[in-house]
Amino acid sequence: MAGKFDQNDASVVVVVGSGAGGGTLATELALKGVKVVCLEAGGRHEIEDFINDEWASFSQLAWTDMRTTSGSWRVARDFANLPAWIVKAVGGSTTHWAGASLRFQDHEWKARTTYGELAGASLLDWPIDSAEMAPWYTKAEDRMGVTRTHGIAGLPGNNNYKVLEAGAKKLGYKEVSTGRMAINSAARDGRGACQQIGFCFQGCKSGAKWSTLYAEIPKGEATNNLEVRPNSYVVRIEHDASGKVTGVVYFDKEGREQRQKARIVAVAGNSIESPRLLLNSASNMFPQGLANSSGQVGRNYMRHMTGSVYGVFQKPVKMWRGTTMAGIVSDEARHDPKRGFVGGYELETLSIGLPFMAAFLDPGGWGRSFTSAMDGYENMAGMWIVGEDMPRADNRVTLSNARDKHGYPVANVHFDDHPNDVAMRSHAYNVGAAIYEAVGATRTFPTTPYPSTHNLGTNRMSENARDGVVNRWGQTHDVKNLFVSDGSQFTTGAAENPTLTIVALALRQADYIVNQMSKNVI
Amino acid sequence: MQQHTQPQGGRPHIDRRLFLTGAAGATIVVLSGAIFHPAEAWALETKNLKPETMRTLIKMARDIYPHDRLADKFYAVAVKGYDEKAADAALRSTIESAVAELDAMAKTAYSAAYANVGWEWERTRLLEKIAATPFFQSLRGGLVVSLYNQPEVWPAFGYEGESASKGGYINRGFNDIAWL
Repeated sequence: MAGKFDQNDASVVVVVGSGAGGGTLATELALKGVKVVCLEAGGRHEIEDFINDEWASFSQLAWTDMRTTSGSWRVARDFANLPAWIVKAVGGSTTHWAGASLRFQDHEWKARTTYGELAGASLLDWPIDSAEMAPWYTKAEDRMGVTRTHGIAGLPGNNNYKVLEAGAKKLGYKEVSTGRMAINSAARDGRGACQQIGFCFQGCKSGAKWSTLYAEIPKGEATNNLEVRPNSYVVRIEHDASGKVTGVVYFDKEGREQRQKARIVAVAGNSIESPRLLLNSASNMFPQGLANSSGQVGRNYMRHMTGSVYGVFQKPVKMWRGTTMAGIVSDEARHDPKRGFVGGYELETLSIGLPFMAAFLDPGGWGRSFTSAMDGYENMAGMWIVGEDMPRADNRVTLSNARDKHGYPVANVHFDDHPNDVAMRSHAYNVGAAIYEAVGATRTFPTTPYPSTHNLGTNRMSENARDGVVNRWGQTHDVKNLFVSDGSQFTTGAAENPTLTIVALALRQADYIVNQMSKNVI
Repeated sequence: MQQHTQPQGGRPHIDRRLFLTGAAGATIVVLSGAIFHPAEAWALETKNLKPETMRTLIKMARDIYPHDRLADKFYAVAVKGYDEKAADAALRSTIESAVAELDAMAKTAYSAAYANVGWEWERTRLLEKIAATPFFQSLRGGLVVSLYNQPEVWPAFGYEGESASKGGYINRGFNDIAWL
């Protein structure tokens, strides 16, 4: 079937990726009258296609194409070819995300200034701040229907939340609630209310959770300005003799090489694929890779300081019932170096089903210690720790020796925890265990980080071109009509789940792109 | 798993050609080309692996992920794929020799084949000695999915599986915790 836009139409904006950044940007540009071709590596699976089964859903949605790993992180040992648990499908990881939608705290935009110089960290202030982002956060929250904003009621707490809340309050924590979630607590924007299905990670079957797949992209398509091309795997960005990008090369579902010309290219393939694409686009003019005169492409890879704590109680909890991320404790998110680390962390309920619990509770574990924990599954409560990790120059995405089926080098993801990450995780494990023990847990498990879901920072935003890859608009310092529109722009990671910030940045970037196009600057 | 020996209303007939394989309990017995589980009334024919080897793999599976509330048949289902894969001669040889080696270690330490060693902790001690081998790693790694992803085992853990077709838990106890 012929697409809406011709491949030789050099007036279109090409967006690579359809997740939180790409899907939002593509839709917003289309709503503003800009012609957009959105190229998505994965297929298009609608709500009715989603599967309430962890492994089957993983096969349907997850990015399982080859990647390699290195470094001292445990993921490199346990899941050597699966550094990240993210999605290859229209909607990207907004099909899989849990919905937590938190604004950065003011100081987190200025991490270098706030935390000072830390050995082994490459901290930098964002070139933007809280005041500048406030209206974009407001717009993003309205768009996504975030609970506890815009007069939207919070979600009801499920069993897993009730355990967390009771334990946290016993310890004196105050900022405990069912959180700000991009999950409808009542029907809104043509989507229904949460049915407490569980399986948020497997694609929301009620559509209550915001996803670009059904909450954004169809609105863009309705304008006739947006064409989403699934199964279009972009491998290279091309440029002309002046250094401006002219289009992209991609492989279609049948494995045929295709070209799409473009006036502007916006890269939003997640923090692993986006730097890989820039590095694989090296040319005589840009021998280090596109937009990489700073040498910063791929560097400062962040994945949030994470981990989980599960607790077993004497009686059933049935944590899998209802929203996966059902509530949050925010008291530890503050910056308080007296705890022995800079930055902070959130505690958010989490549940995984029995099949994934077997895979992730203690990867490689076996014997009675492991199985007696699994025997306690019905009586378990669970929480996820998400905190700010330190950017490090050598935590980075590089091109691997391994190649994909099209012959392009795959990404290698190298990661070593910073001592600050280790100290923060240790603190969080203790707090998590104490919360559950306060309400009668007989055993707790400090569970190692899963393959990364929050991949950030590999094309970071900087005031000065020498320090990063993109400017305050996500526009590359080197190439004016090349943008980065996903979490790889993040200068630092903050303690909050990144999707809301990615969406806010994409909305703001769309405004800028339209402005620059109207002035014929790009 | 093949269920062809499930007779109606009774346990499978076991004649004297069968030899009992477990000194203590004899839960799984070997007949030429097949293993029988009289108590659970199932049998499993092997095509490529020796039946004794399959019996040992089932025992290893239980010792790696011991759940006393799970019947042997779930462990048999979890490892029976190895018999199919053992059509490959190199893999068959790897499995047979790894199991033979484990049996040899068991005989040295406990004067019995692995599956007949009496205590779980004794068998676990043997497994710890081979835990770094690719064979053990592959067996253990495969079991994570082949055992725990059987929907039939989920009820033993209380896990309820799919819920969207039932309307989720909004009216079915998402917040029914009463003991807090």
